[in-house]
Amino acid sequence: MKPKERSQCGSVDEASSFASVTNSDAGGAPLLRLANIRKSFPGVHALRNASLDIHAGEVHVILGQNGAGKSSLIKVLCGAYIADGGDIEFGGKKVSVRGPADASALGVAVIFQEFSLAPYLDIAQNIFLGREQGFMRLGLVDKAAMRRAARDILRQLGLDYDPATFAADLGVAQQQMVEIAKALSQNARILVMDEPTAAISEREADRLFEVIERLKRQGVAIVYISHRMKEVQALGDRITVMRDGAVVDSFQRGQVSAEEMVRAMIGRSLDSLSRREPRPAGAVVLAARHLRTAKLADISLEVRAGEVVGLAGLVGSGRTEVVRAIFGADPLTAGDLEFDGAPLAARPDRSARKGMALLPEDRKREGLALPLAVRDNATAASMWRLFRRGWFSPATAERVCADLIGRLKVATPGSAQLVRHLSGGNQQKIVLGKWLAAGSRLFMLDEPTRGVDVAAKAEIYRLIDELVRDGAAVLMISSELPELLHLCDRAYVMRDYRIVGHLDRDNLSERAILDLAVHHV
Amino acid sequence: MTTLQAPVSTALPAVPVPMLVRLAIIVVICVALSLISPAFATIDNALNLLRQASLLFLVASGLTLVIIGGGLDLSIGANLTLCACLSASVIKLTGQPVAGVAVALGCGTLVGLTNGLLINRLKIPAFLATFGMLWVAQGIAYWFMAGQVIYGFPAAFRFFGGGFWLGVPVPIWVMLAVGAGCLIFLTRTTIGREVYVMGANEAAASLSGIPIARRRMLLYALSGFAAGLAALIYVARLNAAEPGIGEPLLLPAIAAVLVGGTSLFGGSGSILGTLSGAVILTLIVAALNLLNVGSAWHPFVTGAVILLAMLTDAFAARRAGH
Repeated sequence: MKPKERSQCGSVDEASSFASVTNSDAGGAPLLRLANIRKSFPGVHALRNASLDIHAGEVHVILGQNGAGKSSLIKVLCGAYIADGGDIEFGGKKVSVRGPADASALGVAVIFQEFSLAPYLDIAQNIFLGREQGFMRLGLVDKAAMRRAARDILRQLGLDYDPATFAADLGVAQQQMVEIAKALSQNARILVMDEPTAAISEREADRLFEVIERLKRQGVAIVYISHRMKEVQALGDRITVMRDGAVVDSFQRGQVSAEEMVRAMIGRSLDSLSRREPRPAGAVVLAARHLRTAKLADISLEVRAGEVVGLAGLVGSGRTEVVRAIFGADPLTAGDLEFDGAPLAARPDRSARKGMALLPEDRKREGLALPLAVRDNATAASMWRLFRRGWFSPATAERVCADLIGRLKVATPGSAQLVRHLSGGNQQKIVLGKWLAAGSRLFMLDEPTRGVDVAAKAEIYRLIDELVRDGAAVLMISSELPELLHLCDRAYVMRDYRIVGHLDRDNLSERAILDLAVHHV
Repeated sequence: MTTLQAPVSTALPAVPVPMLVRLAIIVVICVALSLISPAFATIDNALNLLRQASLLFLVASGLTLVIIGGGLDLSIGANLTLCACLSASVIKLTGQPVAGVAVALGCGTLVGLTNGLLINRLKIPAFLATFGMLWVAQGIAYWFMAGQVIYGFPAAFRFFGGGFWLGVPVPIWVMLAVGAGCLIFLTRTTIGREVYVMGANEAAASLSGIPIARRRMLLYALSGFAAGLAALIYVARLNAAEPGIGEPLLLPAIAAVLVGGTSLFGGSGSILGTLSGAVILTLIVAALNLLNVGSAWHPFVTGAVILLAMLTDAFAARRAGH
């Protein structure tokens, strides 16, 4: 069956023309088809071979771990990335999506987690932002007409918001609704929602699901990304599982259980990675008790000398916030910290001098002074230790830096090289090196292998091993579960800014981590 | 699989090149002026020019430290005014030059510390904090002076501005001492090295355990101290103090820092650069005077020189592969 020709899918002046699309060709030919999409970045295959069929009037859920390729696929779909290979077909015809304008002309709209409403424009102005010419009368914008049109759209979503309300006065869930209304006013045929329930309450989520049902009836296709199994099963007409940049499975509603889905997300990739011998753990180096910050709720954990402790959880579960709070980068509102058995007032300079090291998630923004030389960065954290009297000696700094370059196998023409000219892996080694020079004994590593090539990754693994063998303690965050399993002796799992579980060596598995990290109920 | 990646570029940072360019510019101007006027190439004239440059350098020296550390201090001119007026009146009242020196240095440092405190505690950008301080210090000076000019100081005090030691004017000695102090601070102390890291990336510096707030207090205090020192030299030289003296120095001081190759974005720069900047700017004014160019043209030419300096540095940076 050939899909119907739709002449007006890119037009933007008719506020409510989407309502005319009422048929649902679920089960028939797809509205949009992504076939064998490939996309790679230096060192990473973000998408290997991803295919996706999107049908009108259907909710299509995409499931996958962090880094499985969900976001990349969506970015290809909405024109933010241009695919290296593969085809995009719309209504059976091959189309080329070379940018966001092409995607929106096809009727693709994305509701991101971060909303883009202008806070001091009202709802109507936000919905029709940039398309005011549709409401021109005598050279002026006819606000009343615009508000009427906005109210119509909102009503089709079953919402009775006052279109004259400022976006700034709306809650998160309401802003989300306005984003959806805005997408519909642009004749969106395919609405992509990236974890839409992550930041809203359960009641608001129910409201969202009602709106999604309405949209389905109107023939809109929904691409829905979520980690919450309950809503995935409740909403998804079709569920596609991604792993390592490829689509590994696709199910119809009710075909599989939540357990089977989780199994598909994990895959068998972990078989290849060895588990290490148990390490003998020493004395408690770090003890955090009932820490709270503006975001974190009641974090308690312990790290002992000679062990690698994982901090697992999905992106945005609060892992980074925990290490920042322990280091003193974010203020604690409650709880206490002990380092080597003595109380510690969390403040970055004190933490560093006591022997704590933090390797931040974003090394370019928080780990390195990019315009400075390797030498300046390598000694940035250890000035107090290398030069106790405060007098700096270039010769000593040079020697320390040369030692680090040798020990970490940093590929650089010399210590005067600017750090910004190094590759990601070598930059990361400098961040680690600056803490080695500081003689740290607790290393908090936030995604230490992100954006690092394979060889450097192996080097970093070796170094972590060496550190704990020498009696250091490591608290490590990683979104790559195989990496966590490979390196860690045990792990804490986080969800929604709290620690929801602890897995010792015998219970540590991808399955166990995901079970805790994902919202089941 | 990939092996260890070679670095993208093997270029080493081109530190000396811009400095050499500056020296060359100074030499070229001096040779040209000597050819034009036989009176130029005399020791007296050289000392005279350096004495003029010293005031500019003193105001710019503290500013250089602040800017390398990623900050900005717009209050230096007004701070100088305030220090000048307060110390002048103290000397007048007590007849003690020492008291005046203490007041000027103390007042300058205090204003600097207040700047640091405003930025640290209120978390407001350096531009805003020191811009506000500019008006406050200026306002206090106007109120304090109430339209008066204080003049006529003891010879012992005037020695700071007009005296000679070993045949060289005292302000030049002060310039050399401050320059050497800043040079040692920036290159041979751990705090100085940390200032570069802090200016290049404050977040990374903080997460490396560098106590940002304390370093910032120190930098602004030093900047204020330099303004106080400059105030003493200026008052002693003019043998007078009034509320209009400091403000015209702010923009030339910023110009000296920029012409000296220090980046307004922080993390790079040197005190020798600022020294060369102050000398170049002074030389240019001298050249214009020698060539009988009307003073109305001076700002225009200074502006052109600043832009030229920026351009050369940008070009050098691109060549170095930044």
